[in-house]
Amino acid sequence: MSPVPALVVDNLRKTYEGGVEALKGVSFRVEQGDFFALLGPNGAGKSTLIGILSSLVNASGGDAHIFGVSVRKQRNAAMRLIGLVPQELNFNQFEKPFDICVNEAGFYGIPRAVAIERAEKYLATMSLSDKAHEQARRLSGGMKRRLMIARAMMNEPKLLILDEPTAGVDIEIRRSMWQFIDGINAAGTTVILTTHYLEEAEQLCRNIAIIDHGTIVENTSMRSLLAKLDIETFVLDIAAPVATLPAIDGCTLRRRDERRLEVTLPRTQNINALFAALSAHGITVISMRNKTNRLEELFVRVVEHGRDDAPRATAEAGA
Amino acid sequence: MSQSSANLIALKTVVHREIMRILRIWTQTLIPPAITMTLYFVIFGTLIGSRIGSISGHFTYMQFIVPGLVMMAIITNSYGNITSSFFGAKFGRYVEEMLVSPMPAWVMLTGYVLGATVRGLAVGVIVLGIALFFTSLDIQHPLITAGSVVLGAVIFSLAGFINAVFAKKFDDIALVPTFILTPLTYLGGVFYSINMLGEPWRTLSKANPILYMVNAFRYGVLGISDVNVAWSFVVMIGFVVLLGGFSLWVLKRGIGLRS
Ligand SMILES: Nc1ncnc2c1ncn2[C@@H]1O[C@H](COP(=O)(O)OP(=O)(O)OP(=O)(O)O)[C@@H](O)[C@H]1O
Ligand SMILES: [Mg+2]
Repeated sequence: MSPVPALVVDNLRKTYEGGVEALKGVSFRVEQGDFFALLGPNGAGKSTLIGILSSLVNASGGDAHIFGVSVRKQRNAAMRLIGLVPQELNFNQFEKPFDICVNEAGFYGIPRAVAIERAEKYLATMSLSDKAHEQARRLSGGMKRRLMIARAMMNEPKLLILDEPTAGVDIEIRRSMWQFIDGINAAGTTVILTTHYLEEAEQLCRNIAIIDHGTIVENTSMRSLLAKLDIETFVLDIAAPVATLPAIDGCTLRRRDERRLEVTLPRTQNINALFAALSAHGITVISMRNKTNRLEELFVRVVEHGRDDAPRATAEAGA
Repeated sequence: MSQSSANLIALKTVVHREIMRILRIWTQTLIPPAITMTLYFVIFGTLIGSRIGSISGHFTYMQFIVPGLVMMAIITNSYGNITSSFFGAKFGRYVEEMLVSPMPAWVMLTGYVLGATVRGLAVGVIVLGIALFFTSLDIQHPLITAGSVVLGAVIFSLAGFINAVFAKKFDDIALVPTFILTPLTYLGGVFYSINMLGEPWRTLSKANPILYMVNAFRYGVLGISDVNVAWSFVVMIGFVVLLGGFSLWVLKRGIGLRS
């Protein structure tokens, strides 16, 4: 018998007062130990979904089960299993990080001695030890986000849900957050992550759901999603301007400016052939890179497709 | 870890956080009522009171108004504590810390009510202490005194909680005290005996719940009351049950808190 899934979302609906239909019957599941990406454009319904999972939003229909426990029928028991890093800051700015963490543990019924130990541990992991006893409002934006991760770890949840944890965080800290979350996941915690940095999702997550206008438009493994990417676009920096672009079999060549070309080719196409042809035409390529991140390209296609039902021949994601 | 010990830890956490808040901003929570009440004692008790003579038997006017003013301080401060603390948590969104936790609704409610009751009683003790500089009091019925202040504080904590839950902006938590609480308090027999009123005011006064709290407390301290004391306790307990039940219902439904 396979273990009970960490999360089963079953036909969740949400219509807000005022009539916005944020979720229109969403279903998917997340297996134990998974690192799951929940992606979608602004206003797609990601935070609404997370709100329902954490009981901050009342569902209008459907239910979700966390390790088999119903969020709607056994709220208290279900909440015990979750750690939440919300999108918006939601701690008391006049309290100190250390107290915020210890109190959080208290709300979960964790004895004070254990809470103090954990607060020290997770504030240290988030490099906040030296700020632990200052008022939270004196922390920088990135530090505040890290404080929310430390706080979410206080009950050592089986399911950690992060709603855009790295928004507004610098590269270095973002990398160390990834490392931390990856470590937590490796140690057995199931992780659900929403982010608008698709490269982050591509690097970290194994499975993915894309939500748009309150419906799931894609739900698969990261690997098979990326395999769907049948064409790729590269940007080539060239040594000297070219007067006329050569026609090369199977490739579409465009000029971006004097010294840059864009080439789109099927993933099955041999790149060596492209370079041979460019050399033959006297074009010297100095460097080359992907026009967009691969997941980004797919994301745009999936979302656009869902919208107007007309897949575009070539993906041209605005970088 | 059992459910009840988890609940007890959660309850202690909420109460502890509330008490820390009261102490952190003591200049807003403990000092203002002390100043206001001192002014009442000086003006009504000493300056004006000395010309009024005795009310209800052999008590000076000062002695007569002390229980009323102490009760008034207790209820306004319990009410004010919970509205500003809970609405602040809502406004600053950190109420979500509690809402996403496994803590049951009744634990959260009890925690906030206990915190507000502590503030009310602390202010009550301070005001009573100040009163003793102006007059002397022998507490006649200690149990009735204690019971009435605790019930008064709990009732107004619950009422304040409901106010905070429904409030959408800071104005909403100032509105009720200004337009309902203050008039009811002034008309609740703090400064006079309702026996001094003619009809229909005397009968109308009996619809004011604050009258029962003030009189129960005055009976505890001085041994005199305008209304039947047993009936006062019935009224007060009735309010606790009614407001407590409603608060819990609101909290469980997530009205004003969960979208
Ligand atoms: N409390 C609310 N009341 C009314 N409508 C809401 C509320 N919260 C969200 N919505 C609406 O629901 C829809 C989904 O919003 P949601 O916050 O879930 O999107 P999201 O996917 O998290 O977007 P983002 O990436 O910008 O965070 C939007 O149309 C939004 O305006
Ligand atoms: Mg969001």
